[in-house]
Amino acid sequence: MLPHGDDEEKWLAEGIAGIQHNAFYMHRALDSNDLKDALRYSVQMLSELRTSLLSPHKYYELYMRAFDELRKMEMFFREETARGTISVIELYELVQHAGNILPRLYLLCTVGSVYIKSKEAPAKDVLKDLVEMCRGIQHPVRGLFLRSYLCQISRDKLPDIGSEYEGDADTVSHAIEFVIQNFTEMNKLWVRMQHQGPTREKDKREKERSQLRDLVGKNLHVLSQIEGVDLDIYKETVLPRVLEQVVNCKDELAQHYLMDCIIQVFPDEYHLQTLETLLGAFPQLQPTVDIKTVLSQLMDRLSIYAASSIEVLPEFLQVEAFSKLSNAIGKVIEAQVDMPVVGAITLYVSLLTFTLRVHPDRLDYVDQVLGACVKKLSGRAKLEDSRATKQIVALLSAPLEKYNDIVTALKLPNYPRVMDHLDNGTNKVMAVVIIQSIMKNTTCISTADKVEALFELIKGLIRDVDETQDDEIDEEDFKEEQNSVARLIHMLHNDDPEEMLKIICTVRKHIILGGPKRLPFTVPPLVFSALKLVRHLQGQDGDVIGEEISATPKKIFQILHQTIEALLSVPSPELALRLYLQCAEAANDCDLEPVAYEFFTQAFILYEEEVADSKAQVTAIHLIIGTLQRMNVFGVENRDTLTHKATGYSAKLLKKPDQCRAVYACSHLFWVDEQDGIKDGERVLLCLKRALRIANAAQQMANVTRGSSGPVVLFIEILNKYLYFFEKGNPQVTSSVLQGLIELIKTEMQTDGSSDPSADAFFASTLRYIQFQKQKGGAMGEKYDPIKI
Amino acid sequence: MVLVLAIGDLHIPHRAPDLPAKFKSMLVPGKIQHILCTGNLCIKEVHDYLKSLSPDLHITRGEYDEDVRYPENKTLSIGQFKLGLCHGHQIVPWGDLDSLAMLQRQLDIDILVTGHTHQFKAYKHEGGVIINPGSATGAYSSITYDANPSFVLMDIDGLRVVVYVYELIDGEVKVDKIDFKKTATTQSAH
Repeated sequence: MLPHGDDEEKWLAEGIAGIQHNAFYMHRALDSNDLKDALRYSVQMLSELRTSLLSPHKYYELYMRAFDELRKMEMFFREETARGTISVIELYELVQHAGNILPRLYLLCTVGSVYIKSKEAPAKDVLKDLVEMCRGIQHPVRGLFLRSYLCQISRDKLPDIGSEYEGDADTVSHAIEFVIQNFTEMNKLWVRMQHQGPTREKDKREKERSQLRDLVGKNLHVLSQIEGVDLDIYKETVLPRVLEQVVNCKDELAQHYLMDCIIQVFPDEYHLQTLETLLGAFPQLQPTVDIKTVLSQLMDRLSIYAASSIEVLPEFLQVEAFSKLSNAIGKVIEAQVDMPVVGAITLYVSLLTFTLRVHPDRLDYVDQVLGACVKKLSGRAKLEDSRATKQIVALLSAPLEKYNDIVTALKLPNYPRVMDHLDNGTNKVMAVVIIQSIMKNTTCISTADKVEALFELIKGLIRDVDETQDDEIDEEDFKEEQNSVARLIHMLHNDDPEEMLKIICTVRKHIILGGPKRLPFTVPPLVFSALKLVRHLQGQDGDVIGEEISATPKKIFQILHQTIEALLSVPSPELALRLYLQCAEAANDCDLEPVAYEFFTQAFILYEEEVADSKAQVTAIHLIIGTLQRMNVFGVENRDTLTHKATGYSAKLLKKPDQCRAVYACSHLFWVDEQDGIKDGERVLLCLKRALRIANAAQQMANVTRGSSGPVVLFIEILNKYLYFFEKGNPQVTSSVLQGLIELIKTEMQTDGSSDPSADAFFASTLRYIQFQKQKGGAMGEKYDPIKI
Repeated sequence: MVLVLAIGDLHIPHRAPDLPAKFKSMLVPGKIQHILCTGNLCIKEVHDYLKSLSPDLHITRGEYDEDVRYPENKTLSIGQFKLGLCHGHQIVPWGDLDSLAMLQRQLDIDILVTGHTHQFKAYKHEGGVIINPGSATGAYSSITYDANPSFVLMDIDGLRVVVYVYELIDGEVKVDKIDFKKTATTQSAH
């Protein structure tokens, strides 16, 4: 009969009042050394514990009050028997006259405690007596608390090795026997609670039972504390007996709790040595018991034990822990057909953690665990359950963290198979984890095969794996992903050019499938990787005789050409233009004139056809000019064609100032300040004059359109360029030319109504410079001498 | 004592995966007052990283920068010095000191910080000082072979600037320093 809420409070209050009331009188009797009366009142007090009205939670409160009083009683008994007023044996007799059995037994246990302490009888005898007598209470709640009291008062009085209560030999077995018996009886009572009362109140009962579980578990704790319980005794006696009870009670709640308790309470070393027995119990448990959490617990504990010291590891090998655990898990998963996927994966994560701690060198074990996972996952649709996918990410991340080396993970055949079962989102998450691991450990991936395997793994980032991928991608996230792929490309390297070329081709093969959204991120790093290889080959001497070499600059330039071309589909003409120019310079350094010319052609075509924005054109033309200026591989014809184009486009820029600047930049195309460099003074002058004309036109336009003066600063810039070539010794640039230009500027600046302070400052610093050069003396001073400022 | 970091041409992630670890551990937030970045970061992540080192960040546009809104050049005053910043791909011939000096005259500055060549330079001329901090990642350059990762820290104190260049050579960070003095506030350095 189960009690109801508010009434319970009332009954509890009444019970407590009853205890306090009788305790008061009991103490009065004790103070006047009236044993008989004291006992009478104590019996009345303890009768409150006979109630059936309270739930376990409330009964506990009542019990604790009584417990406190019993402690005081025990003290009194000890004093009395020590004084000799009454012998302990007489007392033991006396309390058995109590009318009701429950008070009688509480008193008996209390006196029993004193009896053992007095050593007038062997501990084992008293304990045996008590544990059997308690059988008299078969009511679950009352019986559990009574036996709990017995457990409590006896725990420091067990005939253990080295204790003062150790009798003749073999008394430890008696201690063990006592505790196990108490445990067995308590478990039986606990299980019986499940079957009392109507079925509709089953959940409430389970909840109440749960509150009492530690009472039962305490016995196991006591067992673990017994010094005399060494590994052998644990193996031979304790574990089999306990397991027997656990299995036979056939109660789900009890089995789960007790298995867990065993694992928590006894040392990991013991578990290792009894692994077979322990694991053997699992299949015998009720099918509804959540074995996987218990198993996971066990493996986690063993993992931590393994990590605690290296000396422990050989033990694991000796008992073949891995295969035993692996088999046990296999059996459990097989048996529990309804186990959700997340449960199975969690088990494998625990097993993998265990394996990585205990057998890190056994890649075959690691692969085995992954393989079992694959088996579990195959035949199903891609995982949707976020908890399950989280566990799989944990599963796949574990080897990465352990080995700090993706290359090891790539050796596991089942690793990519597990990844295949992830949905696209999680696959990408895992791919990013892999890349981060590589970046963090600065791992270098050095063969094309490994690169191939790696790119297969991270394919979710490299291309659209299925059509649904395109929607719902956050732009920032996408950029971050692709930038991490870009960074990854720099980690793929081999000093052997043949292998490096293979790597480049492998990467190219994969990224080319990425589509227009990904190419702008992935093409540049590949291009520069290839250019580095070209430079490396430049430094090497010729071919190895007799060997087929495919890693030649020419070959690489072909690949580069095709790769950069792909950017046109994005379209990214400005980026492609820059990369073509980079290749042109590299081809120049390799002395490959046609290849360099071809790259320039491509760059010009892009400029003509695709670069429409005027600002972009300015930058692009300066890049072309800058690159062309450095070219020394071209013959006269090719050079002429290209410089002609460059100057032509410079003059056609939209804004006059831009035209002017680009044109005077072109002047450097005809003067390279190196030993064999071109030094065509006339054409330099032609450019500068053209720039002047444009500057003039700009002035006039400004007058007409705005009524103000135009950009005087252009003239000053051109003057500075004249000075440059004057100093380099261009015979066409004479001091009178310079003088003329200086006068022109002065005039312009004077007639100019609104002055431009920055132009003023520029002119001033230019004049200062001329002054400085004049004062230098020597050849330079002489050169500048005719110029008056 | 005002610390100014001159850094650039990282080319992340086009040509380099990341800043060298040894540089990262040296560049600590809160120690540097100004950052002058020559450009070619190239992505926002690098911008954010530099911003975390010092709130006063100046960047000019490199030809590969993702953000096209950075200016072509910038000038600012720090203490007694006028500084200018420009990536350098705009000045032909690339790396030519005389042509860069022209830009310096045009911007009317004492110190020009410029990049593009990935080659460290500290060059004193009539008009002032030109400083190229090189490439902080040692990125590939068509102009410079085997560039070592480098950056520059300027300590501006009154009319004096000490230029510290940090270079990563064979895995070790080597430091060198150069002194420059300015004669008077209105004149440029002699």
